[in-house]
Amino acid sequence: MAQPQLHRFTLPNGLRVLLAPDPSAPVVGVSVHYDVGFRSEPEGRTGFAHLFEHLMFQGSESLEKLAHFRHVQGSGGTFNGSTHQDYTDYYQVTPSAALERMLFLEADRMRAPKITEENLRNQVDVVKEEIRLNVLNRPYGGFPWITLPPVLYSTFANAHNGYGDFAELEQATLDDCAAFFDTYYAPGNAVLTVTGEFEVKPTIDLVHKHFGDVTARPVPPRPSFSEPLPTTELRGEQVDQHATLPGLTVGYRLPDPSTDMNGYLAYMVLSSLLSDGDSARLVQRLVHTDELVIEISARCGLLGSSLDARDPDTFAIVAIHPGQVEQARVLGAIDEELERLAAHGPEADELARITARWAATLHGAHDRLTSRTLNYGSAELLFGRAELIGELPSLLAAVTPDDVAKAAKGLRPDSRAVLTLTPAGGDK
Amino acid sequence: MTRTAAEIGRTEAGPRPLPDLLTQSAAVEPELVDTVLDNGLRVIAARRATVPMVEFRLTIPFAGERPEHAAQAELLSATLLAGTANRTMVELDSDLARVGAALGVGVDPEHLTLSWNGLVDGLDLQLDVLADLLTAAAYPEQEVYRERERLVSSISLMRSQPGTIAREALQRHRYGDHPFTREVPTEEAAAAVTVEDVRELHRTAVLPRGSVLVIVGDVEPRRAIDRIAEKLLGWKSDANAVEMPQLPDIAGGDLRLVDRPGAVQSQLRLSTQAVPRTDPRYPALQMANVAFGGFFSSRVVENLREDKGYTYSVHSMFEFTPGKATLILSGDTASEVTAPAVLEARYELGRMCLVPPTESEVDTVRRYLVGSLSIGVSSQAGLASNLAGLASVGLGAEWLWAHPDRLREVTAEQIAEAAAEFFRPTAWTGVVVGDASKLEAPLRGLGGVVLS
Repeated sequence: MAQPQLHRFTLPNGLRVLLAPDPSAPVVGVSVHYDVGFRSEPEGRTGFAHLFEHLMFQGSESLEKLAHFRHVQGSGGTFNGSTHQDYTDYYQVTPSAALERMLFLEADRMRAPKITEENLRNQVDVVKEEIRLNVLNRPYGGFPWITLPPVLYSTFANAHNGYGDFAELEQATLDDCAAFFDTYYAPGNAVLTVTGEFEVKPTIDLVHKHFGDVTARPVPPRPSFSEPLPTTELRGEQVDQHATLPGLTVGYRLPDPSTDMNGYLAYMVLSSLLSDGDSARLVQRLVHTDELVIEISARCGLLGSSLDARDPDTFAIVAIHPGQVEQARVLGAIDEELERLAAHGPEADELARITARWAATLHGAHDRLTSRTLNYGSAELLFGRAELIGELPSLLAAVTPDDVAKAAKGLRPDSRAVLTLTPAGGDK
Repeated sequence: MTRTAAEIGRTEAGPRPLPDLLTQSAAVEPELVDTVLDNGLRVIAARRATVPMVEFRLTIPFAGERPEHAAQAELLSATLLAGTANRTMVELDSDLARVGAALGVGVDPEHLTLSWNGLVDGLDLQLDVLADLLTAAAYPEQEVYRERERLVSSISLMRSQPGTIAREALQRHRYGDHPFTREVPTEEAAAAVTVEDVRELHRTAVLPRGSVLVIVGDVEPRRAIDRIAEKLLGWKSDANAVEMPQLPDIAGGDLRLVDRPGAVQSQLRLSTQAVPRTDPRYPALQMANVAFGGFFSSRVVENLREDKGYTYSVHSMFEFTPGKATLILSGDTASEVTAPAVLEARYELGRMCLVPPTESEVDTVRRYLVGSLSIGVSSQAGLASNLAGLASVGLGAEWLWAHPDRLREVTAEQIAEAAAEFFRPTAWTGVVVGDASKLEAPLRGLGGVVLS
């Protein structure tokens, strides 16, 4: 695909800037990725990184509460923020006439967010509603992204619930917020990305104008979250008050993409080979042939997106099955299919089809300015290479049958987590 | 360095002025052809060559009045890809994968929809597979009955989703037993569907006349349409695809409380009759609705979420059906604040009538709508979905391109008139789904709520 020419520079305060101009439509994307996610939140403050993301929308020195939303939407744009394992992102996509205004909004809250007791309490309530909506009040809420980590991982950073416990969210104080901001939201700990219709030179000037006087602060040393691989099959259980059918998640560890990118890419291909479409291995076997499950999916990355975190990250196979099917049969069929792939690898033709689907998916993401902006920003932040986004179709096409066989072999029964979901919901 | 939150929130230089917006360049209208083929299929083809892909949206009117229609339609949509006279299920998926495509089939009380994208190099193969599906879908007995079992066991799952429960309650409350309400079939109805039913439904209802195919991508529209006409030559019938019978207008009235024991959160779904896009009042009403609850900077979101913290997400949006439209306000709240949230929602409805959107609200709304339109059509997928949505109610791209000017011409007075006409609290009705043991007393205190 036609890749925009990427321009990058670093401001004296340490802010890294990435520009990716593309004149094909009169719209621009502006995002800021901060190098802190829910893995970095302190013990006793689960959910804090996400709560803090909400607070960054609550006003800053030049912008009263609600002004951020009004200025983005009043410019014809959309916005959002999201909290991941290792980073937190904020973005605006607007008509191109609003570019400077969007840079101003991001700079103002990077320089001086206004965090008040009232807004903190209000956003604790909003976050609790978000958790009720997405986890507590729906079947399979948080399955498996919240419930698998405590089975597969042993350290607080990797195992805890990134949405947070209500009791801990309620204990958050203004001092916690101040310390978190001063530690992690330093300009040197962030990447600013600008995409879409703009001129490069004047935009460089605008970035200097608005972000130049954000005061430099020390950048915290990035901790390693690595922990040893499981040495046995770990087991966990959860009861779901709303679900009516049992669920099963099998979680494995992925290779570290920063030291073994090719190994990681093989798992991206493997995930599609296992569950992407009716011709995929696990779908053919478990859904169509043996009729063991209602649905099954394999995903690379805890939150369902590949290359979305540093090491360690999770490969998960998630299935929902009828109550009368024993879990051991589901697990047995998954293991047989993995063993078959490990022994013989995929067919060349099968691999070509997976690669074509990946190419189409990546083209599609590139065509939507929001996903393009966020993908550039996260690749630049996590791997120091936004170029990775444009290279992915050919990198994935270069994955060989042997690479996939090796990846399948890595999904070992004696080094994984098996999470059982027991349904307690009835017809109401 | 230890700073307090207050110290973080100010700098020596103090607050800074907001930069102005520049003059906006307009989106370039894509090259586009909108035509009807000999078989009665309307095809809209547009060129957007940003990535080497094509996006497809096929919308087939697919309504049915028979009580068993919903279950049959559901099973048809679930097994359309289970094989054709020429390809097995696995071969269908393999052929699509070869050209980067994955086809999604969906059905609702109004339409059967097929949507996908794929590599433009593989356009011919995508059209071959499409023609194969439309003219030679086999519905293999074994697959249909397996899928029927899966459907039956997944119905309880669908019905356990709060969103599904609330939608069903709202539909029943607004439209009784009109076919529009039959979204998720019952387990009994699904279990009774036979393979003959599904094949018969395909023969009589998967029809080109009245259907619309949208294609957007790195294609020359005329040539794309020629390819489509050639490939879909065999898909024909003199009969028309079946449109849903017109809905009755809904009247305002009491909210219905629907019990969901043990729920920690309640669903509010409020609705009123509105006007469709072709009505001269539509642009003003669209703007009034955005100011009310159609975006984050709306009155409802600023009150219920940002001021009160009652909800994570609340919004008001149009639902379009043939010749008609309604507004639906949706939000989910914790049980203990459900009644207060109903009170605030009613307050905001009344305020729309008495205190219409101010000049600054109107400016914000206008720029928001014009801007989101340009963002919405800036990708192949966005443009295709926009065109398909308009086409399903009989409109074309010219409506889309003329809409920014329509929005620019609306006056604050027209918006005030629309607000006064459509946001009268008594013109709205709806449902509250939640744990009645916690909700009944406070809602009874509020009034205007009946327990079903």
